Amino acid sequence: MNLFCVGLSHHSADLETRESFAGHAETDRILRSCGCDEALLLSTCNRVEVYAAAENFISTEQIARCLSRAQKVDLDARFNNFYRYEAADCVRHLFRVASGLDSMVVGETEILGQAKKAYEAARVAGAAGRYLHRLFQRAFRVAKHVRTQTEITRGAVSVGSVAVDLAQKIFGDLANCKVLVLGAGETSERTVRALVSRGVTDLRVSNRSPERAEALASAVNGRAVPFEKWRGQCGEIDILIASTSSEVPLLSQEQLAPVLRERIDRPLFIIDIAVPRDVAPDVNALDGVYLYDMDSLQSIAEQSLATRRAQVAAAEEIIASHVSQFIDLIARGLQSPGKNSDCSTVGESSLRASES
Amino acid sequence: MDRYLLIVSTICFLTAIAHTAIEFRGRIFRPLRFNFLAVVLGFVFQTAFLSIRGRDVGRCPITNLFEVIIFVAWSVALFYILIGPSYRLSLMGAFTAPVVALLQLFALLAPIDKRHTVKVPANSWLEFHASMSLVAYGAFALACIAGVMYLVQERQLKTHELRSIFYHLPPLTDLFAAITRLLWWGFALYTLGLVSGFFVGQPLPWTQIVCASAVWILYGLILQGRYLRWFAPKRVAALCIIGFSAALTLLWGITFTAQTHTP
Repeated sequence: MNLFCVGLSHHSADLETRESFAGHAETDRILRSCGCDEALLLSTCNRVEVYAAAENFISTEQIARCLSRAQKVDLDARFNNFYRYEAADCVRHLFRVASGLDSMVVGETEILGQAKKAYEAARVAGAAGRYLHRLFQRAFRVAKHVRTQTEITRGAVSVGSVAVDLAQKIFGDLANCKVLVLGAGETSERTVRALVSRGVTDLRVSNRSPERAEALASAVNGRAVPFEKWRGQCGEIDILIASTSSEVPLLSQEQLAPVLRERIDRPLFIIDIAVPRDVAPDVNALDGVYLYDMDSLQSIAEQSLATRRAQVAAAEEIIASHVSQFIDLIARGLQSPGKNSDCSTVGESSLRASES
Repeated sequence: MDRYLLIVSTICFLTAIAHTAIEFRGRIFRPLRFNFLAVVLGFVFQTAFLSIRGRDVGRCPITNLFEVIIFVAWSVALFYILIGPSYRLSLMGAFTAPVVALLQLFALLAPIDKRHTVKVPANSWLEFHASMSLVAYGAFALACIAGVMYLVQERQLKTHELRSIFYHLPPLTDLFAAITRLLWWGFALYTLGLVSGFFVGQPLPWTQIVCASAVWILYGLILQGRYLRWFAPKRVAALCIIGFSAALTLLWGITFTAQTHTP
């Protein structure tokens, strides 16, 4: 049985090329058109890949045509963007993909969910047989193993998610946190949305332009606070997101210190994503105040990314051991030790590379 | 025989420390379950030791400094087992194991296991007073451990230097809630121990009374300061560490006078 993967990803093709192959083919169509015994389509914003098992050789071109037929794309020009992995390389590639090692942001976990959905779709369509079933089940196990045995998914890698992670490390459950957004810009909206996704419900928005404050407040189910009254909120709130276009700091140590005396037992997390900064840097010296500006958030994101990259070697080792185990399993005819499954005939056609 | 049990118990705690260190070096950190099991196993051997020793001395085994230290270590492990999982404070086991191991190593290595030549008759009120006070020490020790964890996490958040441990330590507010609850547990048990001291039926040395009262006042002030908002959470965490260090010193004073006072 030939087990192979044909596809293109952010490594091999630009967005335009990926768009012209993404979402146009269904797994059953690939099965029918190309003569695959089993096939699974994994289509995300960063990759379009077909994992297939076939007795006969199926060329990369055949698969590419299946993916592109509806669009009539210029296949010759884009054919070089496709890669092909066979047998052990195909297994290794899927394990790397599922573990987030092949992702644009190393260690991201979204791909695992996408792979699970793709597998489920193929299973329901009857396109995933015993080879792909075993391959994907193992891939999910490997991804879990990599995630727990290494720090490949550790830390957030975008400014918004770093801010949310920090908030959780200060407050734990964010459901009871009160958040004030100062300045209704795009970056603050993204950060607020990230906080809302982690359970924040009490949101207040203040902006020089009341209309924009109202607009953002209604977009995130919050309430608008008049700009001249935002400082009065500092005694109540837990998180302040500042992103105004003010040329001078809006909050100084002298202004904040008296407010803090009344809330000595509650920390205040300030996310200052404005440039120039809205909050004077010496505010961080106050007890119970944790001030993060754009640079510090960016630096943490880069640090996390560096940590993830440093974990790649360890993850590759885990994957390598799983690849050899899986290849052995295939060679034994997909039978788990001690089990007599109905796959006796499969043993005869153990995994081999396609004869092109 | 009983000392062997204590050695095995210490090895359990040392294993938890070694496991934490190995995980740290490998930058893979999942010590919660392993450390919990190691502490539980260590606690079982501690309990076996105290039970044999108790049968040997014919009363609660807190007759000398050696036994008192082991009893405190046992109380720390007991509080961790009872409270650690319910508060779901990750890494608490990693911080608890070294404290217990240090206490037991000191007790094992220092020549402080001096048995009384005369068997002291059992006095149930005295035993209740002493044991309850020492169990309270377990809660104070765990509050101290949570205080260390709080300060480690707080410093990282303040300086923006996030190390590997940052991602595994609990949130600040959870740690502070645990500190407060442990202080209350410790204070309540210590008060119970202190009050039962009035029913002992024999005069206690004044140094013992002064030292015991000093510990009670110290923790009373920390709790008062926390509720009247005299201290920020960071100060409360630091005071838990200072308080427990002072309480341990005073415990030595109490045990020393109790030993010299015993016929």
